[in-house]
Amino acid sequence: MADVIAYAETRDGTLRPVARETVSAARALADELGGRVVAVALDGPGSADAARELARFGADRILTAEHPALTNYHPDAAVQAIESTAEASTAAAIVFPASARGKDLSARVAGRLNRSLATEVTELGVEDGSVVVTRPVYAGKAYAKFRFRATPALISIRPNVFPVVEQQGDGVVETLDIQPGEARTKVTGTEGGARERLDVREADIVVAGGRGLQAPENWEMMDDLVDALGPQATLGASRAVVDAGWRPHGEQVGQTGKVVSPSLYFAIGISGAIQHLAGMQTANVIVAVNKDPEAPIFGVANYGIVGDAFEVVPRLTEEIRTLRDSGG
Amino acid sequence: MNSIVCIKRVPDSEARIRVAADGESIDPSGVKFDMNEYDKYAIEEALQRREAAGEGQVTVVTIGGDDARETLRQALAMGADEAVLLRADVSLDGLPIARALADEIRDRPFDLLLFGKQAIDDDGMQVPAMVSELLGLPCATVVVSLEIDEGHVTARREIEGGHEVVEFDLPGVVAAQKGLNEPRYPSLKGIMAAKKKPLEEKDVELVDGGLELVELSGPPSRPEPEIVGEGAEAVPELVRRLRQEVKVL
Ligand SMILES: Cc1cc2nc3c(=O)[nH]c(=O)nc-3n(C[C@H](O)[C@H](O)[C@H](O)COP(=O)(O)OP(=O)(O)OC[C@H]3O[C@@H](n4cnc5c(N)ncnc54)[C@H](O)[C@@H]3O)c2cc1C
Ligand SMILES: Nc1ncnc2c1ncn2[C@@H]1O[C@H](COP(=O)(O)O)[C@@H](O)[C@H]1O
Repeated sequence: MADVIAYAETRDGTLRPVARETVSAARALADELGGRVVAVALDGPGSADAARELARFGADRILTAEHPALTNYHPDAAVQAIESTAEASTAAAIVFPASARGKDLSARVAGRLNRSLATEVTELGVEDGSVVVTRPVYAGKAYAKFRFRATPALISIRPNVFPVVEQQGDGVVETLDIQPGEARTKVTGTEGGARERLDVREADIVVAGGRGLQAPENWEMMDDLVDALGPQATLGASRAVVDAGWRPHGEQVGQTGKVVSPSLYFAIGISGAIQHLAGMQTANVIVAVNKDPEAPIFGVANYGIVGDAFEVVPRLTEEIRTLRDSGG
Repeated sequence: MNSIVCIKRVPDSEARIRVAADGESIDPSGVKFDMNEYDKYAIEEALQRREAAGEGQVTVVTIGGDDARETLRQALAMGADEAVLLRADVSLDGLPIARALADEIRDRPFDLLLFGKQAIDDDGMQVPAMVSELLGLPCATVVVSLEIDEGHVTARREIEGGHEVVEFDLPGVVAAQKGLNEPRYPSLKGIMAAKKKPLEEKDVELVDGGLELVELSGPPSRPEPEIVGEGAEAVPELVRRLRQEVKVL
């Protein structure tokens, strides 16, 4: 059986946005391989309802484990659960999200199973019976296509790249019997989890600001723009403003920040240094606002406005509000 | 406090990367190489721990070609005590690297095994956690702060929207993210001293990880950029394009 295992990431009993993408991508792969999709969701008590929802994205079997010890990420138990699932179903592939947790876990599983892992995959398919993937390397300055010669193929998919497809799977829910023993690596808590906005990697629209905004208090107008764009939008930043302490590191986009692929990316007062481009050039549509017509950011932008951010941004917010108010 | 730090020689982050004619490697001409940025945080952490403890050894290990010797010397100049070069042809697959590092490290005594969170050539983000599983050690990746109290580690790792607190007992694995510390620059004295420090070299055989490179290519080209207009007056036209042309609003 050429089953595909999908690690469905949940947090606090709800599916992470990328969980739907992971299961959808696993479904597409399983269809090509002629196998089933086995979704694995590990979380604290009360999380099984969220996991059940995965049937709508093509999960045939949904393996859940609800245990107080799984409320936080539990790497040792997660590795164990995936290892035993892979062995029992002779999986052809295991798909993870390339989230903070997904990347940590997928590499542990790879070490445990002694199998290669392709990180941040942007294309996934089957050729001559083997799983093939494409992924960016050298900070997106090149793309590498690989063929997996051994199974299971271990893959983490870049968030926001694979479509969420509603397709009914069998959705048989089974409970994994996990007795988390004494953990080698213990996650004892999270900090700063109570955030109001989406993470920059998960958002559909990113409004990123750079040194051209001149002072931290000028982010008020950036906040307004994000609010006007709605709950799928969030803030991003260049390294210059993170290093200056104007914005938190979590917002930094680029080679030493996060790599994002939103459907719409606004670069406002950002020059477009090569290390910044490395983090956003796979965005679907890029809009640049810069007062310097020679700024390199215009070289990658679908649309540019040459002008002062302090005039353009408030006007943009106004136009988008009008649009939203008229139901657009 | 004894540490082993795994480091890698990679193209500089400014480097223009071009795919070579073979379609399987990059054209090295004109590319400047440097120690992987994140590995510098790993070395700095090891040095600070040794200094705070007042005793211990910092050993740096790399897998690479002859030119990786220069990267090891750089680490020795920062203050590492000894270096090991495992000579091999390195591919974009992390598993063979993790296996060879684990084999080298297994019989060495250490408290901390440090890595960078990511090599900026393969962007794999995998070798540290792979090695931890291969050696049966606890591990924290993408670490921005580290406290060690009588052999008990409390690390903060970066996650979406915040941090995760990870705890374990030494020996263990830590993969460093920017923010962990401020890496020092080698001093002139350090550079001189590095020349006399031990640098062991040997050839290693890398296993075949089963990940076959089919092809390396340039990034997909972006659509032709277009300037919509100047100043706030251009905004309505921009919004119209975003709605009607590319339908993202
Ligand atoms: C190893 C390494 C890693 C790095 N990693 C990253 C990374 O991850 N992410 C990252 O972003 N950078 C990174 N950098 C830094 C990068 O090289 C640039 O220094 C940085 O991106 C510049 O930020 P900026 O565009 O905000 O600032 P600047 O380059 O100073 O650009 C400011 C821009 O604002 C414009 N401007 C000024 N006033 C206005 C106005 N009123 N209205 C509109 N536009 C205006 C200017 O014309 C200019 O183009 C890295 C560098 C190194 C060496
Ligand atoms: N060839 C290598 N030699 C030594 N250490 C390496 C090598 N490749 C990767 N590493 C270590 O593993 C970390 C993560 O690399 P990667 O998983 O390839 O992104 C790096 O920052 C290094 O610390």
